Amino acid sequence: MPVTVTDEGSALTAALSGEIDHHGAKAMMNELGELIAARLPRRLVLDLSGVTFMDSSGIAVLLRALREVDRLGGTLRVTNIPAQARRVLDAAGVGRLITLD
Amino acid sequence: MKSELLDQTVIVFSSRSANEGFARAAAACFAARLDPTLDELADVKTAVSEAVTNAIVHAYPDRLGKVTMRLRLYAGNVLEVQIKDSGVGIPDVEKAREPLYTTGNEERSGMGFTIMESFMDSLKVRSAVGKGTAVTMRKRFARRAGAAG
Repeated sequence: MPVTVTDEGSALTAALSGEIDHHGAKAMMNELGELIAARLPRRLVLDLSGVTFMDSSGIAVLLRALREVDRLGGTLRVTNIPAQARRVLDAAGVGRLITLD
Repeated sequence: MKSELLDQTVIVFSSRSANEGFARAAAACFAARLDPTLDELADVKTAVSEAVTNAIVHAYPDRLGKVTMRLRLYAGNVLEVQIKDSGVGIPDVEKAREPLYTTGNEERSGMGFTIMESFMDSLKVRSAVGKGTAVTMRKRFARRAGAAG
């Protein structure tokens, strides 16, 4: 499963794993969307340590999660970003929109 | 300056999204003979993924088509990747290359060309409406001991 969830106090952590490209992004988006709708997190943390590859489809996944958490008045943080994914996020300037650890 | 073509391979596949991963792996495999660093290899895979995804999502919006990936190795440790389709074409290439511009749905970020540009040394886009699009990217790899070319 590409999304694994753990609760830590008031923060909900979802660990994404595998390759995030256009082929897999939609399923991951839907899974995250359902998770956010079910748990209504005040603080959502997306842990990318298990992501082996990510292209701009991953940016769309993160922005969608941001919109949904935003709507609930919550915050989003992205953590444990592997080097390749970090370069993609930096090239796109995603750090201006989302807190990247 | 025209540099010497040392080797090339051409791969043709259907515009199915499952082939995005295949195209990345094939390009990385071809580039491996340049003895690339992990970062260089990741850059090529990322740029290929963006170009192939564009062909799959935008060139053939409502049908399956053919995507051609041509990989070339030039003297001086240069890799050239060309991704070509025979799809709908891009009416305004300059506009399409702008950051955040997309004609796709919310699954697209509009950052594909920006990422190709920043991960490769050069990017050329040729397109004709109704005929298709060819994206050609080059990257020079740092010369390391044991590299071919």
